[in-house]
Amino acid sequence: MLARTADNLYWLSRYMERADFLARIVQATQRLASLPIDYSQPGQGTEWESALEASGAAEGFLETGAPVDEEHVVDYLTFSVENPASIRNCIEYARSNARSVRTALTSEMWEAINGAWFELKRFESVNIGRGQFDREELTRFLDFVKKTSLDFDGCAYRTMLRNDAYWFTRLGVYLERADNTARLLDVKYHVLLPESEVVGGSLDYFQWTAILRAVSAHTAYHWVYRQSIKPWLVADLLILKIEMPRSLIACYDNIVYFLDAIGRAYGIQGSSQRHARTVMERLQAASTREIFQSGLHEFITTFVEDNSRLSEAISTQYLVI
Amino acid sequence: MTFVDGSVRVAYERIAKWLADAPKDMLASRQRHAELMFRRIGITFNVYGDKDASERLIPFDIIPRIILRSEWGRLEAGLTQRVNAINRFLADIYHGQEIVKAGILPAGIVESNPYFNKHMIGQKVPHGVYVHIAGIDVVRVDEDDFYVLEDNVRTPSGVSYMLENREVMMRLTPDLFASHRVAPVENYPDALLAALRSVTPTDKHDPVIALLTPGPFNSAYYEHSFLADKLGIELVEGRDLIVEDDTVFMRTTEGPRRVDVLYRRIDDDFIDPEVFNPISMLGVPGLMRAYKAGNITIANAVGTGIADDKAIYTYMPEIIEFYLGEKPLLKNVPTWRCREPDALKYVLENLGDLVVKEVNGSGGYGMLVGPHATAAQIAEFRVKLTEDPSNFIAQPTLSLSTCPTFFESGIGPRHVDLRPFVLSGADGVRIVPGGLTRVALKEGSLVVNSSQGGGTKDTWIVDDNNSNGHHANGTRLQSQSQSQS
Repeated sequence: MLARTADNLYWLSRYMERADFLARIVQATQRLASLPIDYSQPGQGTEWESALEASGAAEGFLETGAPVDEEHVVDYLTFSVENPASIRNCIEYARSNARSVRTALTSEMWEAINGAWFELKRFESVNIGRGQFDREELTRFLDFVKKTSLDFDGCAYRTMLRNDAYWFTRLGVYLERADNTARLLDVKYHVLLPESEVVGGSLDYFQWTAILRAVSAHTAYHWVYRQSIKPWLVADLLILKIEMPRSLIACYDNIVYFLDAIGRAYGIQGSSQRHARTVMERLQAASTREIFQSGLHEFITTFVEDNSRLSEAISTQYLVI
Repeated sequence: MTFVDGSVRVAYERIAKWLADAPKDMLASRQRHAELMFRRIGITFNVYGDKDASERLIPFDIIPRIILRSEWGRLEAGLTQRVNAINRFLADIYHGQEIVKAGILPAGIVESNPYFNKHMIGQKVPHGVYVHIAGIDVVRVDEDDFYVLEDNVRTPSGVSYMLENREVMMRLTPDLFASHRVAPVENYPDALLAALRSVTPTDKHDPVIALLTPGPFNSAYYEHSFLADKLGIELVEGRDLIVEDDTVFMRTTEGPRRVDVLYRRIDDDFIDPEVFNPISMLGVPGLMRAYKAGNITIANAVGTGIADDKAIYTYMPEIIEFYLGEKPLLKNVPTWRCREPDALKYVLENLGDLVVKEVNGSGGYGMLVGPHATAAQIAEFRVKLTEDPSNFIAQPTLSLSTCPTFFESGIGPRHVDLRPFVLSGADGVRIVPGGLTRVALKEGSLVVNSSQGGGTKDTWIVDDNNSNGHHANGTRLQSQSQSQS
């Protein structure tokens, strides 16, 4: 297939996945921010600062000079035109990628993304000029965003031919998802450290559940561990549990699988396949104990770097030839 | 759709009954439904110079335009003849220029023509086919005749509307289809693919075909992606192609892959910055080298523009006779060539009654419709004509046929034209029975261009003898140009 087409498909699904993650972050943060003041994370700035960090938008937001409060952060993460990674822009870019590769999409996928874009325009028209921050409308919008990515993902899964177009689409999903989960862990790692249990006491419970909600794993946790929420188990679930669809290892399980499929179809393996396998092997060999001993923060930082190196490798090997 | 006396033409009998029987709000609700369907599938076009509405729907009318099979048969023969002549003409113009030597075409009209492409002189094209895809705009003005308004032989568009209009109509009015036996058009992509495959420059391997688009911002981008999808070929932009060793390759995830036939939807001026417009970002540097080396077929060929030039158009009857030795089956609209002093004099004296067109204009721009023009517009054209007469032609305002068209306020007659699509391959001409009917939505308006507020209709070619015992061949049909009152 055309390298440009593969590139568009890959980024299209990255943007859709990112929009979903942003919606979840905003919702989880709203929950935390509405707790009594002494429940908040000790000495770590406000919840809205964390939300900006986790979504990689902190620097850009600072430049706007706006106060770090709910109204401004939510606006920056959702409808802002200036923020290149706002939900609005994710959907906008996703559609413009989709428009460039109409022929590589099934009509169902196109209708899902095109329909979402029209709905976005409707939300925008309601949002613009409404002087006042409206939480109910925001909830409707965030639910719509989550539904959209489910819709798009479902259409891709149910209707695409299982060929390289599908594989690049899936790679986009899992690269982005691994990045999102890792960033969330990186921002919140301090509440997952064993010693913070002593410091913060059970108040951190709400931080842990917020993390789980942000990756839609709140219920899954209980099914996997069948016990009350422990910070190291939250980390275990999101890093090493292969049955958890947003864990780092599950993402890499898929990445390796789809890269292998491409390698087999093209009859040649390259640096992407080798790099992905190395990361996967490291995850398979890791244990929560070791990760905590050698430093959760360091582990996550290394992972985020490795993940973006893989993205570059895929680009040079397949997408920008 | 009616006779002078107000009775309904054979072709429209069942439609008239359907319209009469339809509950009052049914048409309105189906019309809205149609619009939703078009919006959802994303069949939009971009309007140049209109930033706010850069993606717009072409208005669609749910009352079909109907042509009897016998009428279509005559039209089909005429279109085949015309396109064959055009292909012969282009081969001649770029080689011996026999038609100029024979004194039929003035030399000046060729050499000074902006669409006469000097890079094509003496250049062979694979299988001798220049125009692989033609969109010939025709109108009916009386019971027997179709007149050709324009030959579009560069990169004609609109075929996606022909196909999508049919799909939408089949979902909205299955009952009408059941009673009409409409000739299918859905095999157009297949016919196009066959035509493109037939003109491959080499028989050493299975041809690889790609569609070259200027990209998502082009007004016809939807159509480009639609066709690439239906044909199962790659939709490429200039940046996806490279030329090495005078051979064209596309950049794929598996490395460079050779392309044999390029169905391009980019104008000549932009296809190769090495030869034409040097600042073009849309084209492919080196494409003309590969073309000259005979390593790629470009469809339509480079330089076909001279054949749909409005000045050349006026000579089409002579062109057909010269190359084929046959009388033209389709008429030209009577045309005054303003380059000729007598004609110019007549045109200037009768500006208020004529349609004046720029020789190289398109899309309904640069055009004066005398009867609907203001005094200021007429004065403006008088100046233009006097300054540069050879840049203009003039035609009488024809009483174009009308077709019933639906509006919120009711049903009324509107003027229509028809663009059938003619495919030419190494193995002959293919025409799918149908075409794009464009309708002028403003009452009395003759301008059907989508960029100027025109709409489209589905076009049905139906069996003559399938309509309540009447036989069209046995019935002297009268003028179609009357309103249906």
